[in-house]
Amino acid sequence: MRLPKFLRNTSLVVGAIISLAIICCAIFAPYIATHGIEQMDMRNRFAGPTLTHWLGTDNFGRDLWSRLVFGARISLTISIISVAGSAVVGTVVGLAAGYFGGWVDMLLMRITDIFLGFPAIVLALAIVAVMGPGVFNVAFAIFVVAWTEYARVVRASTLVLRQQNYVQAAKALGASNSRILFREILPNALGPIIVLASLGLGTAIIAESALSFLGFGLPPPTPTWGWTLAYGTRFMRDEPWLSIVAGATIMVTVLGFNLLGDGLRDILDPRQLTRAGDKK
Amino acid sequence: MLAYVVRRLLLMIPMLIGMVIVTFGLLLLIPGDPAAVLLGQEASPESIANLRDTLGLNDPWYVRLWDYFAMLLHGDMGQSIFQSAPVADIIAGRLGATIELAVVSLILASIIGIVLGVLAAIRQGSIIDTATMLLAQLGVSMPVYWMGLLLMLAFAVQLGWLPSIGRGTPMLQAIGAAVTGRPQVLWDSILHILLPSLALAANSAAVISRLVRTSMLEVLREDFVRTAYAKGLRRGRVVVRHALRNALLPVLSVIGLRFGALLGGAVLTESIFAWPGLGQLTITAISQRDLPLIQGIVLTFAIIFALVNLVVDLLYAAVDPRIRLG
Repeated sequence: MRLPKFLRNTSLVVGAIISLAIICCAIFAPYIATHGIEQMDMRNRFAGPTLTHWLGTDNFGRDLWSRLVFGARISLTISIISVAGSAVVGTVVGLAAGYFGGWVDMLLMRITDIFLGFPAIVLALAIVAVMGPGVFNVAFAIFVVAWTEYARVVRASTLVLRQQNYVQAAKALGASNSRILFREILPNALGPIIVLASLGLGTAIIAESALSFLGFGLPPPTPTWGWTLAYGTRFMRDEPWLSIVAGATIMVTVLGFNLLGDGLRDILDPRQLTRAGDKK
Repeated sequence: MLAYVVRRLLLMIPMLIGMVIVTFGLLLLIPGDPAAVLLGQEASPESIANLRDTLGLNDPWYVRLWDYFAMLLHGDMGQSIFQSAPVADIIAGRLGATIELAVVSLILASIIGIVLGVLAAIRQGSIIDTATMLLAQLGVSMPVYWMGLLLMLAFAVQLGWLPSIGRGTPMLQAIGAAVTGRPQVLWDSILHILLPSLALAANSAAVISRLVRTSMLEVLREDFVRTAYAKGLRRGRVVVRHALRNALLPVLSVIGLRFGALLGGAVLTESIFAWPGLGQLTITAISQRDLPLIQGIVLTFAIIFALVNLVVDLLYAAVDPRIRLG
């Protein structure tokens, strides 16, 4: 028996498994964690992996596995909020720019270029510095640069899709602009948006952990991944395990979302989407 | 070409104005009284009133924005709140170190990325291709600061081969010293920059290698490559002289754009390796909530990025006539 197309894509399958595992860890953290995040075990400080402490412990004997599992909640929450915000705003901007064209397109794309012109981490740091730490503020800081990519990609898709026969037909039938944009064009532009969102989750996780690593994420005792990694650097010379495991957790998670995004890109090739649009 | 250069330069003006507005807008994001927030809880009412006056907070926002523009046009970025020095001077003192780090990283990333990408493409489907692309996937997924820490742990802490922190003599001066018979100065600078630049380059090298592979695979299927082989040319010559030259064209613009990512990444790398550049200054400014300095740094990064984009576009247009005529 031949496997369905999406199951034959290694990137997609591996990426989906890793991403699902991390999402499950975040959702079911209280059931998966073996210890409380602040529960100390001073006899087992800096312990290596054991049956009791799967990933070892930190300088207070706190269970690293449990802290990383709860850390997944924070990383994913911030990433999902920022990606959802970026996708919605970027999509609306891209749709409007591509569909209306003319001065609307020029104005919106110039604004997009301006935000794209700032190194993401620098602008994010500045925003967190002025707004203060907090889940929403950190997510907002990541969003401010991230939406631009959706805007550019959705604009490009819209420019192609607005020429399609079914869009012209909807126009001729007197459909309103919002109906054409959201009922005719958007469903056919969803492929690249889904791919970008998957890749964006990885980028957002790196950005959030970078802010936490530099000390501008959520304040302790919140066990964010970036902070756990930064905290581990204090003992880097003698006990590098702490930082290595925290960093590997971030990398594997980002790898999962990147592979998922790459796999989805193979399946939802925009060119295939356009051809599908022709047939409609 | 001249018309393209002028058009491209004119396009930069609204972009720069927009960037200034965004940078200025940072002040508006501060909840409550910015002066009180910036100075902290222990500040006296007098110092808060003084800062309000210095930052012009008593004026409406559009007057302040106008003043900010006027100030910038005179090359003035304001006064740092905590370092009692002009922001422009503080930034100018740090800019060289960051540009040096970013340029060396870009060179490293380009060399590593192109070599790996070409190897993967000419051995498509082999173990080399799989290993290279796996490496690239890991490189893209790896946080730059973790990469830095791992390199530091391996080469500075465990093996003791390279210095873990700090900067040697600035590279240009070191090259000068080497020319005048003191090569050890240059050697010391190279040893210092190796770890931070490698850490910073890893991500870009991964991105470049994936692009070079895709681009090479496309070019290797072209008729002129088959013709070159048919003429009896050696494989190495066909790959380097015929295929690579054409495959690199689309990669060039991406290499230029990576410079922006490297500048951003420098903030993290510099803080790990205590590299005395703009990135480290950013962390200090943000820790102290020194708003004029933060605004100056953000704007400087944006302007450098815009200028690099401009140069890349112009170079690209010079190489490929389709761009300037299209």
